[in-house]
Amino acid sequence: MTNDAGSPSPPPERDVILRFEDVHKAFGAQRVLRGLSFDVQRGKVLGIMGGSGTGKSVALRHVIGLLQPDAGRVEVEGRNVPDLSTEELSDLRKRMGYVFQEGALINWLTVEENLALPLVENTDLGPGEIADRVAEKLAMVHIPDAGKKLPSEISGGMKKRVGLARALIVEPDILLYDEPNAGLDPEISRSINELMREIAESHESTALVVEHRVDCIRTVCDEVVFLHEGEAIVHQPTEEFLRPSHPRLIEFLGPDALT
Amino acid sequence: MTPPDHILAASPGWLADALPFAFAASLVYVLLQAAWFRASVVEMGSTLELAAATALRLHHLPRRSRWLMEQLFAAGVRNLHVVLLVGLFMGMIVSLQTGIELSRFGQQDQIGTIVAASMTREMGPFITSVVLAATTGSALAAELGTMSVSDELSALEVMSVDRTSFLVVPRVAALMIIAPVLTVLCDTIGIVGGGFVASSQLGVPLAQYTETALDALQEKGALIPVPMDVYSGLFKSIIFGGLIAIISCASGLVARGGALGVGRATSRAVRDSIIAVIVANYFLTWFLYR
Repeated sequence: MTNDAGSPSPPPERDVILRFEDVHKAFGAQRVLRGLSFDVQRGKVLGIMGGSGTGKSVALRHVIGLLQPDAGRVEVEGRNVPDLSTEELSDLRKRMGYVFQEGALINWLTVEENLALPLVENTDLGPGEIADRVAEKLAMVHIPDAGKKLPSEISGGMKKRVGLARALIVEPDILLYDEPNAGLDPEISRSINELMREIAESHESTALVVEHRVDCIRTVCDEVVFLHEGEAIVHQPTEEFLRPSHPRLIEFLGPDALT
Repeated sequence: MTPPDHILAASPGWLADALPFAFAASLVYVLLQAAWFRASVVEMGSTLELAAATALRLHHLPRRSRWLMEQLFAAGVRNLHVVLLVGLFMGMIVSLQTGIELSRFGQQDQIGTIVAASMTREMGPFITSVVLAATTGSALAAELGTMSVSDELSALEVMSVDRTSFLVVPRVAALMIIAPVLTVLCDTIGIVGGGFVASSQLGVPLAQYTETALDALQEKGALIPVPMDVYSGLFKSIIFGGLIAIISCASGLVARGGALGVGRATSRAVRDSIIAVIVANYFLTWFLYR
């Protein structure tokens, strides 16, 4: 992979927390990832952009072990995720938060119960401490009164916020966002983007954001990787990324890149 | 691929023309059957794996008591009227069918014996299981299938929540508890329905019907002081309840491909549950009555 100017990827001596190394993944005859390589610095927010079907969400699912690569390495803190035992993977997941595209809230639990679930299942915290943490995270995502509602009783934007609060409840070191703005109107998208930026600054956590909206990338990300046909063809700081010179990136961003 | 020459030579003209197509169709059919067979074996393996994982986590049940109670309500109270209605008519049918034949030989006083034995041994557990497979089994598969296609199962995995313990254990336990309870009610209402038909349509006095029905249930079992026919039926229904729950949960958990996948999982759950109940019924009957 090269950066947009054609020079090699950023040097390896940075504090790398997450690394993709020549990752390949196919579903039947469909080859989705074809040698994906990039890395993420600790404390940075990396955006993953690309057209539909280029493997953005598939890449994200490899980080948390929901998918296994056919070849290559997906390293988190130097450990190859596919090589982890069930217990090690479970421990790793407890330090990660994943915000799903549609929220993926358990539909028969209330918002509060959805947030409390990972704490009830995996920690020794008492009911009082759990309730306090749930209230704190709901306030953080600006929906303090939604706790008693079922997912079916809240809007799409609120579901995203609840999904974000649920990802934050375990106070993760790494946050993974899968198209956090999908299906939202511009106003709610802006508020979600600002919230993600707030979280990145206040928690100092590392984040990967799969997104195809330029406004989200501009507001939230420190660096951006651009995927094309299962490979990362551009990896740059956001400001440079939004002044593209790579022809495929210019074609993809269109007029957005100039505004 | 064409059939051998001697077959073509010996066949009439139209048959000779059709034979290559028939052979090709047979070949495709065999291949499809082989694919189906392979898929079935894989499916059965994952179901057995889920059954083993569930058995190893049954001690988590006290932590899941809230979900257990909800599942008991869903499987028990919501199906009660269906089981009672079907059980009532099944008892009436058994009574009428056997009564008509027995009356030819003047043996209609034995209707109570036959209705009681057939309801408690076979009809009660089987009817209850079919109702549970069609209602609760399909609902379980649809519920878990929807969770699968909407990423809720992935969310549980990402949060390190054990989905077998969280989702499957309370559902399996609930069906294993509620199936024998519904079976007792089905047996009872079936015997009552049979008595109604015997007295009103076949001229058997109700007191005589009741006496023969109770006589048929006198033989106590070796292990517990409950009539052998009743407890063998209850034992069967516990096994059937577990089979329905495991098969339905396994179908739901592997659902893929949106609403279509959920629909397929649901129909597979009902089909496989009923097949499993029938096959298990034979082997349990052989085991209990040999």
